[in-house]
Amino acid sequence: MSMTTLPLVFINLGGEMLYILDQRLRAQKTAEDNTQKGIWSEDDRKRVMNDIIATMFNKAFMEELLKPQDVYSHRALRTVLTRLAHASIMRLNQASMDRLYELMVMAFKYQLLLCPRPRDLLLISYNHIDAIREFVRNTPSVLNQVDETHRKIIEVYTPLSDGELQLLRQTLLIFLQDMHVRVSFFLKDKVQNPNGRFVLSTTGPVPHGTEVPGLIRVFSRSGREIKRLEFPTEGNYTSSIRVGSFELFGDRVIRFGTNMYSATPPEETHTSKNYSQKTNSEPNPLAKEELNLLARLMGRMEILNQNNDSEIGFRVSLFSTEQEEKDIVASGRSGDPSFEVINIQATQDTQVNKELARIAGEFTKEVEEPEPPDGPSNKGEDLLTMMDELV
Amino acid sequence: MMYHKEKSIQIKSSASALYNNLSVLRIAPRNLTYFSVVHANMVNMVSASWDGLNYSHRQLQSKEPNVTTSSSLIMQAAWCVLPYREILVLTSQKGIQMYESDGSIMVYWHALDTPETPTAQAVFARGIAAVRDKYICVGISSGSVLVFDVPSKGSNITLSEVLEEHKESITDMASECSGSLECIADLVSADDSGNLSVWKSGEDFQLLNKIPGFDMSCSSVKLWKGTVVAGYGTGQIRLYEAITGIIHAEINAHARWIYSLDIAPFSGLVRSAFTCSLPFQIVHMYNECVTDTQICGAKFCDGDGYAFAVTGYDLSEIIRYTQA
Repeated sequence: MSMTTLPLVFINLGGEMLYILDQRLRAQKTAEDNTQKGIWSEDDRKRVMNDIIATMFNKAFMEELLKPQDVYSHRALRTVLTRLAHASIMRLNQASMDRLYELMVMAFKYQLLLCPRPRDLLLISYNHIDAIREFVRNTPSVLNQVDETHRKIIEVYTPLSDGELQLLRQTLLIFLQDMHVRVSFFLKDKVQNPNGRFVLSTTGPVPHGTEVPGLIRVFSRSGREIKRLEFPTEGNYTSSIRVGSFELFGDRVIRFGTNMYSATPPEETHTSKNYSQKTNSEPNPLAKEELNLLARLMGRMEILNQNNDSEIGFRVSLFSTEQEEKDIVASGRSGDPSFEVINIQATQDTQVNKELARIAGEFTKEVEEPEPPDGPSNKGEDLLTMMDELV
Repeated sequence: MMYHKEKSIQIKSSASALYNNLSVLRIAPRNLTYFSVVHANMVNMVSASWDGLNYSHRQLQSKEPNVTTSSSLIMQAAWCVLPYREILVLTSQKGIQMYESDGSIMVYWHALDTPETPTAQAVFARGIAAVRDKYICVGISSGSVLVFDVPSKGSNITLSEVLEEHKESITDMASECSGSLECIADLVSADDSGNLSVWKSGEDFQLLNKIPGFDMSCSSVKLWKGTVVAGYGTGQIRLYEAITGIIHAEINAHARWIYSLDIAPFSGLVRSAFTCSLPFQIVHMYNECVTDTQICGAKFCDGDGYAFAVTGYDLSEIIRYTQA
């Protein structure tokens, strides 16, 4: 299957994460006095968004993602996304991270399924990048990172054929298979059924390059059209509309991937699992390989806050109502071992420890190269600190 | 002509969004039909009795024999019907596996050349066809077509030839399914650019014709009475005379990428669903819409097209229709 899915996975899932965080942080109580923990000001929110985006669009992090590789498991992906979210002063509790992940993933699944053509997945990604650009428009250094990454994505993905992009889409659909978490926002808008499946419309414009169904043309041996027949179809389709822009800037035309939370009341992002929801509790035979990948990937992430260990950070519960907290405790999910498994493996698996130490050693050598102007000053130390935390 | 929906067959896990993700094998002497549907790294097999009373399930994984690494994603599973035996072929990122028709015994394994360090170019096998008396042909992501020589029994299957004509990944392959021995063309292969190659089988396969694509993937192809029926990512179906490449007809059939099409060999019914006969008359027969489902496999269950079955992404059932 496709080996180039990860950059698009992070841009789209990361983009959805930023939309939700932005909406939720705005919904938190605000106060002008931002010295009290748990109270968020406008500046705090912007700082969180900037910090996460700066980490996500860090050049080294993106380079790691752009290496040809299989898509991660859900467990590994959630770990990295949690780490991304915690690249700021914000700390999410486990329940919030679980809900956040479900929302992100279901939004991306919706976009993938309803995407008219495989190539439109790039437009969806660019919609996310456009919105991310808006979040950091007042921070030139981060804005520059976003632009550079966008250029790189255009360079890598534009030459892919429709068949290759379809393979990419199919790979992602396999990754998201059997996930049917119900999102109140989707249910209310009737884009999702009560069973968790998305509504696939049979009306509207056909994708660019496709003709409206219902016509048969018969040709002579010389290639001349000799007969036309029309036949009825189940759908009600119209001609395609103009194609969106695949450039750095431009009208993307399709709406998938834009911020659907900006006009949404926070309570409409409640999620609930279907009774038949498959839980990702199977042991992952690639755990060791993924841990190594994770170590490399997280090694690329900057810790912008030098005092990360000593500063506790502002804890935030994004979605919890009292009832939700009770539900979580009642279902026993507070003891969910999935987040702890990787750490436990890291401490007990001496072979992994050696591998991590070797990777840490390689990073130390890399630090000796000249750093980019906007790079951190103590990258090597931060990476080793991160490796120690894993071990 | 009208079809009505029958009771669905439940499968152990849902269908993945892959081209041609349904294979059907009718075993008349035992009043059974086998179905196979790919789910990620596994194939769901169901054996269904014709009276609808008995179903048995089996799941196959694409594990390399004697290797403990995890299994890889499967691209396609299909039964190949040869005169003396039927072989179930699985194609994956790692290679090609062949089983006895009930999936009980693996008879052959062919590993693909995978680079040590992954490259951006995906590596996999996809496109399966049984040709004439003894060949099974399988396409791979590089565009090559592997030709395997299959004896009437046993596991002495050998790679007899590699056909290097396509430059893009193979999407699907089909052999002449009408049973007519008069047709010169035995095999058609399709790729991600929409290019079609028409072959004659033998000790050395011979390229008879190349039908150029139009930069749009041809995801599903069939060969019937010397006519290529090809489904494309634009939702179009095109019919060509295989030997000459002359286009007979073009049908704006669907509003989305075609994932699968099938022909009932005795009647010429095309599941999508048209009938065609010589000289060309194409008559639209029937429409059906499966609500909120991305169809990924469609197959007739018999040679006349009396019944057909479809699979859909994320669905754990095989939906069936029979003529009213």
